[in-house]
Amino acid sequence: MTAHDVMDGEVLRAEGLGRVLQGAVPVTLVSGVTLGFRPASFSVITGPSGSGKSSLLYLLGLLDVPSSGEVLVGGAATSGLDDAARTRLRLAVFGFVFQFHFLLPEFSVLDNVMLPMRQLGRLKGVAMRARAMALLDSLGMADQALKKPDALSGGQRQRTAVARALANDPQVVLADEPTGSLDTRNAAAVFAVLAGLAGEGRTVIAVTHDEGLAAMAQRRIHLVDGRVVRDGPVGNAAVRR
Amino acid sequence: MMLPLSIAAAHLRSRRRQTLVSVLGVALGVGVFIAVTGLMGGFQSYFRTQMIDSNPHVTITDEVRQPAAQPLAMLHPRAAVAVARILPRDPVRGIANAGEIMAALAAMPGVAVAPTLRGQMLLRRAGRDYAVNAIGIDPVRESAVTTLSRDMRQGSLEALGSRPDGIVIGLALADKMGAALGDTISVATSAGGESALRVVGIFRTGLEQLDTGQVYVALNRQQSMQARPRVINEIHVKLADISRSREVAALAEGRWGYKAAPWEETFARILEVFVLQNVIIYGSTGSILLVAGFGIFNIISTVVSEKARDIAIMRSIGMPRGSVVATFIVEGIAVGVMGVAAGWLLGGAGASVIETFPAPGSTDGEGGTLMVLQSPATYGLAAGIALLSSVVAAWIPARKAARTDPLVIIRGAT
Ligand SMILES: Nc1ncnc2c1ncn2[C@@H]1O[C@H](COP(=O)(O)OP(=O)(O)O)[C@@H](O)[C@H]1O
Ligand SMILES: [Mg+2]
Repeated sequence: MTAHDVMDGEVLRAEGLGRVLQGAVPVTLVSGVTLGFRPASFSVITGPSGSGKSSLLYLLGLLDVPSSGEVLVGGAATSGLDDAARTRLRLAVFGFVFQFHFLLPEFSVLDNVMLPMRQLGRLKGVAMRARAMALLDSLGMADQALKKPDALSGGQRQRTAVARALANDPQVVLADEPTGSLDTRNAAAVFAVLAGLAGEGRTVIAVTHDEGLAAMAQRRIHLVDGRVVRDGPVGNAAVRR
Repeated sequence: MMLPLSIAAAHLRSRRRQTLVSVLGVALGVGVFIAVTGLMGGFQSYFRTQMIDSNPHVTITDEVRQPAAQPLAMLHPRAAVAVARILPRDPVRGIANAGEIMAALAAMPGVAVAPTLRGQMLLRRAGRDYAVNAIGIDPVRESAVTTLSRDMRQGSLEALGSRPDGIVIGLALADKMGAALGDTISVATSAGGESALRVVGIFRTGLEQLDTGQVYVALNRQQSMQARPRVINEIHVKLADISRSREVAALAEGRWGYKAAPWEETFARILEVFVLQNVIIYGSTGSILLVAGFGIFNIISTVVSEKARDIAIMRSIGMPRGSVVATFIVEGIAVGVMGVAAGWLLGGAGASVIETFPAPGSTDGEGGTLMVLQSPATYGLAAGIALLSSVVAAWIPARKAARTDPLVIIRGAT
């Protein structure tokens, strides 16, 4: 695996992160969030519905631009980057899994997994295929590779989305309620996969409001009204302040 | 295959019917453009060839564009003297030094000349009068400067040489008068000459103006009937290279002072009509191509709104804005290219069908069919307009797609 050897440093860091939606009545989504994420860690973000979990994840993944504060990727600030540079970082450093699978319906499972690789253009055709097949295999999806997303079950679609998130060997995997549309058994399986990714050395951050699943992580960050109210190891969740 | 290309292909494949309709729209536009502009081009080129061949390339007449310098003006060279309505001194003067002019012109390479006397005539038959333009010619020399002898349908132009009382008339005029070859027609001129002439030839140029309004008689006969003995008032010049017409005309006019009109000037009105015709035809058929662009705009807009989710995920995964734009422009170009290819076939087929239709005006048994001018330029122009409108039609929704914030879609879907 590449570039996961920054064992000491933080791969991803939020510094006083805030996001306010401007409008007639400004809405604060996230406020004063300072968090660091190390490699080979599995964190969950929990909190009531509307507490800003998704908003925080979008900011961390450079999908959204903060109103205040800074997101550092590999120690480098991102606030000065334009859309093109942020897009390149998303492609190379992050892997995203959303509650909805967002697979392209016209493409096979295999082609969907290869999309980010083709966009990045680092691998040749054969190597790309081999890597996509290996990823699908590791998720128990090898025999579904040539099917279209329509022909898959919900769990299979979400596992395909995970494979796609891993296509470019990202340092950080961000998952926003990836099990929201799955039954308990499938949900646990997906979380087991995420835990395994952290074991490979990646930084995994997942949003969930399922207490059982949250217990599978190493660290739990609890949000209320866009603020971090608890942050600590799972099990004996320490009060932060 | 590049990513935008394969996404574009997938989009079009998944919407086969709408793609086909858009392709047909472009094909129809391109086909109609090719067939209609080709038909008009064929008509104009036929007309132009006929016009140029059946008329002198340069006509020198006894008019002068600038009236002769008047004594009053010569007396006061520095004064502002304007003399209006100067009448020619001698109404029967003709071209004074016609012999010298013709000899000088004929000596130039690629130039042939013929002397003529033009005047009005009244043909009288069965109690009706027909005013015509009569041209007195030397049949042998005239044959060298126009294709009149080629256009003879009955009799011959040369017969004017052996029959001093002969007259050659157009087919349309002969039909109108009910005159046939060998018939006698009584003829009067404003000079008072009245005589009976025999139809020794009938021509057809296909140009209405000539076929009904122009007749030919022997030069001597014309001179005596117009009471202008030995006068030449029009010199017909033919050039091996018609593109030199303006140059030769300017040279002749500059040297001898008589008005020398190149064919472009003689037919300026018709050429102007051609220009107007071109504007109308290209404008209307070109706008069909633009309308085809709306079809493309429609399909791309639909795809953009239907694929908003796909665009959002591709953008969040890391597809740059430019690639999103490229994807949809590729779709537009693909529809455009398929439409152009089909339109070329359609236009070519349409042209072949049109070419089997009888030409209007050839009802007199000529058996002529419509001519369609098919030039690579027309095909290229049609393709150019179609592809340009495809790109523009795709670019507008593509830009919108690329500018949409993927978060709006992603938030909405969860
Ligand atoms: N575009 C928006 N306009 C207005 N309010 C929004 C918008 N996006 C999010 N919100 C609000 O911001 C808050 C945080 O949203 P979100 O981050 O999705 O919370 P969570 O993921 O924890 O449920 C919610 O109250 C939500 O309704
Ligand atoms: Mg959420």
